[in-house]
Amino acid sequence: MSQKPTLSRRTFLTAASLAGLAAAQAMLQPLQAQTPDAPTVPEDPTKVPGAPPSAYGQRSSFEQAQRLAGSSSSLTPLQDLHGIVTPASLHFERHHNGVPLIDPARHRLLIHGLVERPMIFTMDELKRFPAVSRLAFIECSGNSAGEWHEPGGQTAQQTQGLISSSEWTGVLLAIVLREVGMKPDATWMLAEGADAAAMTRSIPLAPALEEALLCYAQNGEALRPEQGYPLRLLIPGWEGNVCIKWLRRLKLGAAPFMTREETSHYTDLMPNGTARQFTLVMEAKSVITSPSGGQQIRPGFVEIRGLAWSGRGRVTQVEVSTDGGETWRKAQLQKPVLAKCHTRFRFPWRWNGQEAILQSRCADETGYVQPSRQALVAVRGLHSIYHNNAIQSWKVSRDGAVHNVHV
Amino acid sequence: MAQEKSGNHGLGRTATDVEIRAWNIDIAPTGEGLPPGRGTVQEGRQVFAQKCAKCHGQTGVEGPMDRLVGGHGTLKTDRPIKTLGSYWPYATTLYDYIRRAMPFTTPQSLTPDEVYSVVAWLLYQNKIIPEDAVMDATTLPAVQMPNRQGFVPDPRPDVPKR
Ligand code: HEC
Repeated sequence: MSQKPTLSRRTFLTAASLAGLAAAQAMLQPLQAQTPDAPTVPEDPTKVPGAPPSAYGQRSSFEQAQRLAGSSSSLTPLQDLHGIVTPASLHFERHHNGVPLIDPARHRLLIHGLVERPMIFTMDELKRFPAVSRLAFIECSGNSAGEWHEPGGQTAQQTQGLISSSEWTGVLLAIVLREVGMKPDATWMLAEGADAAAMTRSIPLAPALEEALLCYAQNGEALRPEQGYPLRLLIPGWEGNVCIKWLRRLKLGAAPFMTREETSHYTDLMPNGTARQFTLVMEAKSVITSPSGGQQIRPGFVEIRGLAWSGRGRVTQVEVSTDGGETWRKAQLQKPVLAKCHTRFRFPWRWNGQEAILQSRCADETGYVQPSRQALVAVRGLHSIYHNNAIQSWKVSRDGAVHNVHV
Repeated sequence: MAQEKSGNHGLGRTATDVEIRAWNIDIAPTGEGLPPGRGTVQEGRQVFAQKCAKCHGQTGVEGPMDRLVGGHGTLKTDRPIKTLGSYWPYATTLYDYIRRAMPFTTPQSLTPDEVYSVVAWLLYQNKIIPEDAVMDATTLPAVQMPNRQGFVPDPRPDVPKR
């Protein structure tokens, strides 16, 4: 709550004056008008000059969308956002021992192992390589992990908020690996971060080489510290944890390294007691972000809006149901529809004031269709934690309140 | 300069052995990367009491942070308990993870002997090695973890369409 809007401060001061602090208020108000972060809102903005330009812009003090932060993660407020790009300030976070403070001038990337020449790169050198930009989502495979047993979160932020999309800029991993020379027997790559968890994952080299990026920029500016400043790995479509942040080391090998994050964690326990390992792809998923849990709607026209994405490529179709999955109709997809990125969908609806259950179901270019919760649980049971991409249901009750439900 | 043929942009420099050694901290299941040193269950009991128990409990069960002991035979049940003893496929991962990430507030502060010994104690608490076992670069990779065969490759897409 660092961005308290001016209005609530004024409300607070008014309340204080009612409590008999009128004198104090009289002293505070003129002072407040001079404080740059608490401007007085004019009656008519056409009658007074506005604020001067600033070195680094801020959103309006009336806007309050914010991440919901726990001890080691924070969730993107999907229900408050528009379009497909997540503002960097609202990109979800997941880190395993805090966000490190790194001086980019001292940061280095070491590449070694099964290479012709082990090499060290500075940030300046990495930025001199041919650059590419692309939009892509990053989703934590633990997204919706609290939704397996029963409805867990109230809002879309709580149920699906471990996903965000950004424009990422960097150099293709393949180009940098050509610089060091891969040995023919190199099939796996260990990526390691410079954080206090020294976060480490093994990555199968062949599929990663197609699209993986060593990123230094996000939405046009340098990466945010929470997103790996100054350097992160991005493997579009794969679980967020392999997109190692604060990247400082790549080691090529002939087998997976079997780190804790690909054995103890990020493995999916099945009902028969075996666990799936290296479940890297994020399968197609969608969620209605409006109306969504915690919101309130009124009878009449309601545009149903949401996000869909697939780690296997493009979203080809999103269908919406307003009757709990009895009937489905196609939603409109906002162009451009990009592979491995958020796709915004919309569906015009007229709410008649009766109970309704809203769902969205997407399909991708491989023909994969997002499963119902029952179909997913029938195969995976309730203890696999990761990769819950089931259809989300929002119940609209007669009073217009929207709730997370399982159907 | 047109150096595209070799893929050489002329950027970066060769890493020295000293630089590689300073950061090359991962341990493979084969044991590659394990440093010289050794540790016993007895020594590990003390290291754990001093440096780990306040977060993981006196016996590694009580928490408040991750439970490190027990859960054997629970993976198929309605209440699976995944610990390094019941779930982890390789003992080498324990060395790798504790050396890189524990103790949580002072990571990478343990000596090789401290890591070997606390690993020995944790394996003993999980009834995987005997009380007189000594862990070093040869014995640790040879430890057979109970759930070694418990992992399968990713079969997805796995949910049939309606
Ligand atoms: C200040 C609290 C704290 C201390 C002290 C601490 N740990 Fe931890 N430990 C944690 C937390 C928190 C995690 C989970 C980290 C995560 O999931 O990213 C953890 C995770 C672990 C795990 C992985 C568990 C699993 O099943 O994945 C092991 C093993 C471990 N600790 C061993 C140790 C050892 C050995 C020591 C002492 C040398 C130690 N820890 C000291 C807090 C602590």
